[in-house]
Amino acid sequence: MDFKRFLKDLQGIVGAENVVYHSDDLLVFEYDGSVDRGMPEAVVFPNSTQEVSRVIALSHKAGVPVVGRGTGTGLSGGAIAPPGGIQVAFPRMNHILEVDTENRLALVEPGVINLNLDTHVRKFGLRYAPDPSSQKACSLGGNIAENAGGPHCLAYGTTTNHVLGMEVVLEDGAVVNLGSLARETVGYDLRGVFTGSEGTFGIATKIAVRLLPVPEAVRTFLGIFPDVETACTAVSTVIEHGIVPAALEMIDALTIQAVQKVTDAGYPDDAGAVLLIELEGLQDEVDEIGDEVEAALWETGASQVRTAEAAAEREQLWVGRKGALGALGGIAPNYFLVDGVVPRTQLAPVLGRVADVSRKYNIPIANVFHAGDGNLHPCLLFDERQPGALDRIVEAGTEVLQICVDAGGTLTGEHGVGLEKKEQMPLVFSEDDMAAMVLVRDAFAPDNSMNPGKIFPDGKKHTPHAHPPAHGMPA
Amino acid sequence: MVQPFAGFTGRDAPAESDLYRCVHCGLCLSSCPTYVETALEMESPRGRLALMKAVNEGRVEITPRIVSHWEACLQCRACEAVCPSGVPYGRIMERTRSQVRAAGLQSRELKRFSRFFLNSALPNPRRLRMGANLIRLYQRLGIQKLVRLSHLLYLLPGGIGKLESQLPPLSKRFFGPSDAVHPAQGAKKMTVALLSGCVMPLMQGPTMEATVRVLTRNGCDVMVPQGQGCCGALNTHAGDLENARAMARTNIDSLMGAGVERIITSSAGCGSSMKEYAELLKDDPEHRNKAIRFSGMTQDVTEFLVGLPFQVPTATVNRRITFQDPCHLAHAQRITAAPRTILNSIPGVELVEMENSSLCCGGAGIYSSVQPALSQRLLKRKMDSITATDTQEVITANPGCMLQVEMGFKSQGTNGRVRHVVDILDEAYGLE
Repeated sequence: MDFKRFLKDLQGIVGAENVVYHSDDLLVFEYDGSVDRGMPEAVVFPNSTQEVSRVIALSHKAGVPVVGRGTGTGLSGGAIAPPGGIQVAFPRMNHILEVDTENRLALVEPGVINLNLDTHVRKFGLRYAPDPSSQKACSLGGNIAENAGGPHCLAYGTTTNHVLGMEVVLEDGAVVNLGSLARETVGYDLRGVFTGSEGTFGIATKIAVRLLPVPEAVRTFLGIFPDVETACTAVSTVIEHGIVPAALEMIDALTIQAVQKVTDAGYPDDAGAVLLIELEGLQDEVDEIGDEVEAALWETGASQVRTAEAAAEREQLWVGRKGALGALGGIAPNYFLVDGVVPRTQLAPVLGRVADVSRKYNIPIANVFHAGDGNLHPCLLFDERQPGALDRIVEAGTEVLQICVDAGGTLTGEHGVGLEKKEQMPLVFSEDDMAAMVLVRDAFAPDNSMNPGKIFPDGKKHTPHAHPPAHGMPA
Repeated sequence: MVQPFAGFTGRDAPAESDLYRCVHCGLCLSSCPTYVETALEMESPRGRLALMKAVNEGRVEITPRIVSHWEACLQCRACEAVCPSGVPYGRIMERTRSQVRAAGLQSRELKRFSRFFLNSALPNPRRLRMGANLIRLYQRLGIQKLVRLSHLLYLLPGGIGKLESQLPPLSKRFFGPSDAVHPAQGAKKMTVALLSGCVMPLMQGPTMEATVRVLTRNGCDVMVPQGQGCCGALNTHAGDLENARAMARTNIDSLMGAGVERIITSSAGCGSSMKEYAELLKDDPEHRNKAIRFSGMTQDVTEFLVGLPFQVPTATVNRRITFQDPCHLAHAQRITAAPRTILNSIPGVELVEMENSSLCCGGAGIYSSVQPALSQRLLKRKMDSITATDTQEVITANPGCMLQVEMGFKSQGTNGRVRHVVDILDEAYGLE
């Protein structure tokens, strides 16, 4: 293929200013929020569905693989360019096209930032419920690709529960609609199977999402515990009371130290674990259940319980949680986040075994996670500049995933498989299982040119800096 | 000609312990004005840091293209304030620019500006004042109109013609250091030294005088000691750390005189830079400890007044205003409440908050001159936010923001005016 010619054609479709191909510039498109790297050959910023369609059709014809890129906050390497591939990114397609307050839905372009949508619809007394910790920066297109979660997905479900329909471009450039605004699925739920397909089926160019009314009352509880085990007991106790909080999060001692180094989130330095619980609903309901939650926290051994109802105070309690991953940068330059899920009752024993792995490999592991739905996030801390560090981390991470699977859990709660966990897929799926998944993908993308090399094992290791910058690209 | 360059070198190289705090989570993106404006990863804090890491690891040389992304940074430090990893971005960028500077790889615009302004004018207060006097004469005598009409400027070499069009309106009265002590009114609470600064006394002389009046009114003996100069912020930002260090030493020696309990500035940019003298001079055996003390004594005038606390004015100033957070007050010094406390204390003042009040206006020191295109786009965004408040008066707390927003009003052709927090407080006191 004549790459120069291909670039010219891309420029012809989206305009020269909307194609990045200089090797210096491409350096900033080789990463996302995970540890994986890969340089795209070019990055394209389309302005419309039609342009997306033409870019993808052109690439398909030229045999160039394509991956969609939102804002690069993903945690499994999902948006990392496949070798020889290009990224289609959506900074120009970031418009909220329509808010239908009566039917409580919004039509948006894939580049819309999650929090911007939520902020916008709050003017109408509505909200967009899924709230990944990166919601300030991440885009809805990426949320769909990864079926993103977030603290409040405990009560409201992940992204898939909030997407009604999509306009999608397939690998040959065809534009199709999936799902419907009617909220009822007739025939196969293709919208459902597309959500969480990690960019391997196609690229969504318009998204219809469900909005929920803003609850009358919200109350947040911060429980301080002497250790993780006690905090885990508190989680079970709350749930046993028949309470389903909107969010139920845990932060361990190492993470607390990291957070407190950067911002004063109000966590005592000697705390062994912190629980964040949020209740939402009618005022009476929140008052009544709130008393129960508070009692349960004290009962199970909390050394301190704080509550907040005013928005600013609640935000203060959340500051530490939402910034926890970034704060780990103060302890180590890199973290490898394992997104394993376990049954809630297994939290304490599994965390104990994770601590064993930490000791065995001499790797610090920080835990900050969605305790309510058993979605662990052990973060293995390391420095990628040390030779062999990443190999050891991947080995230890695999062991952690094995522990999760042995406890009756699975590989990923909300970050996707991507590059990060593809080699671990056989821990939970047989050859036949994966072959069936590939058949589903082939129905959407028979030539496997959309984000190839993700999800399924191919024996290729993690390769940060896999593509050294090639100098001498046309300027 | 690009020099071969392997990694960052020398004592002013960005510290790896700073650089590798960034875990590329991306939470800075939505706070960065240049990313908000361009939506390009290259023009984001995370992207700029990735380029620094790539250079540091020897994966790539410092190329003009990479420099262009670093130079497009406003150094507003909004990213630093929201970074969950606590990446000291401002310091990293200053040191990166010192590397670019040492390698002679700055853009032509920045080089030109450095020669004229950073290396020559700012470090020499006398030269700066002399130049300002000449400019004032030039503007007053009406020669400016004549020269502009005659197209003579196009004949001048090296972009001087362009610079002429950016000549600032100068104050009728210049402010400046003197041997006099401005005595406290009523019971004396404290003795403070006031930074006169570089361009502020020449362009916003009345604001400097208002600062003195407000401080004396609140029981302070105010000294504006001779021998002080520019704070060095613009040099630091441009990576000219050597001149900046010399300027810091000069100010430490002149401002921290006997009996001085606080060092006050009414310029947010200067306050931020003086609070960081300790970092700037940490390897200077003679000035290291003095710099730590000096930085500890430095306060922004709004922060100082609220801490005193200041006398709440009794006269009424009936006006709707909006407040523009200077980046180096809100992000670098994390002060957002103090100016609002003062404004809300003035009877009759109605503070209407604008959207994104702490998103940079595009002024950013010499940025408006060396990056005019992006600067203008940010100014347009700022003016839209201001217009939406339906107020005619913008209050801020930094000379650069004042000039930039004034320029915004001018190009809009509207009658808005821009003043400092102390200007309106002084006005209220004056009405009593």
